[in-house]
Amino acid sequence: MSPASKKRLNYFLIAIIVFLIVGKFVLNSLQGNTVYFFSPSDLSKLSEKPNGLVRVGGLVKNGSIQEKQKDSIYSFIITDLNNDVYVEYKGLLPNLFQEGKGAVIEGVLKDKKFLIAEKILAKHDENYMPPEIAEALKKNGNWKATYGK
Amino acid sequence: MLNLFRIKKIFELSDNFFYWLKIIFLSIIIFGLILSLVISPKDYLQGDTVRIMYVHVPSSWLSLMIFSTMGVCSIISLIFKIRVCTIYAKSLAPIGFTFSLISVFTGSLWGQPTWGTFWTWDARLTSMLLLVFFYIFYILSWTFIKNFFTAEKYSSIIAIVGLANIPIIKFSVEWWNTLHQPASIKLTESPAIHASMLTPLLVMFFGFGLFALFIFLIRYKTEILKLKKDKLNNILK
Repeated sequence: MSPASKKRLNYFLIAIIVFLIVGKFVLNSLQGNTVYFFSPSDLSKLSEKPNGLVRVGGLVKNGSIQEKQKDSIYSFIITDLNNDVYVEYKGLLPNLFQEGKGAVIEGVLKDKKFLIAEKILAKHDENYMPPEIAEALKKNGNWKATYGK
Repeated sequence: MLNLFRIKKIFELSDNFFYWLKIIFLSIIIFGLILSLVISPKDYLQGDTVRIMYVHVPSSWLSLMIFSTMGVCSIISLIFKIRVCTIYAKSLAPIGFTFSLISVFTGSLWGQPTWGTFWTWDARLTSMLLLVFFYIFYILSWTFIKNFFTAEKYSSIIAIVGLANIPIIKFSVEWWNTLHQPASIKLTESPAIHASMLTPLLVMFFGFGLFALFIFLIRYKTEILKLKKDKLNNILK
């Protein structure tokens, strides 16, 4: 290795170390801002309810989807199995939105347990399988609750 | 195989080699497309939308791998002045850029029917968009800076800084709450994706990879010819 290369390598290593330290602090401070959504438990821990648009994510509680007559207003419960948030939504539900599956709801909080939704995003998980396999899994009892209904 | 990348060897490659490489990657991609679009089953939740994944995932993987390679090459060329690495990185950039664009666009097409939105600013999507911009900056620095050595320096710095973004993209789905799902295929666990869907995915990845190699070899040849034209080819020795 030539002396010039050695010098550049040293500068580079110092730069990497400085960068890692700065990066660590940046990541730490970002932790609060990069949350795409709150879980119902996150919400219940907050001392004051956040104003403006918030996103709440979790599972749609089994048996909680209700359609109120005429206006196509839906109400359901988003849960992380510890805490619940009650949601009301007027509009069309996405195809993959179903009970037992993940969803992210964007809307305004009336209070910490009640969200008026403006937009619903269905969350898809990392499981992919053909319908026949899904049937078979249900039959032989290897179906996991996280796969949906 | 390593010999292939030596400067002189690349010109000794006969047209026959390129001809067969072309035949092989084309047949693998056609085979992969038949597998993924016709033979593979629908998903139990997404239905036919799952077929977008067979293009989306291989392009995403390749765009990440190519940028990582460019970053490592840039470190080597910047510190040890092994200039052939610069040429590797420069030849790879447009290929990775194309794959990153394919990844973002197919992802957005998948997001609309699945999530209910084309775009959202979650950590995975945002960091992937940043990767597209790093590719753009890298390519532009070669376009706008006329002096080879200046361009080499700035483009390498861009690639090295961009390298920090790669683990952020990879682990964003684990570190933070994101709308994007976590990886289905991990080195440490059995895949959360059924074998009948995994096979077309891997075939497509292999085909795309060979395609990337094919374009890379052509571009690498071109870059060396350009250096010769500018009477800079002695820097490679």
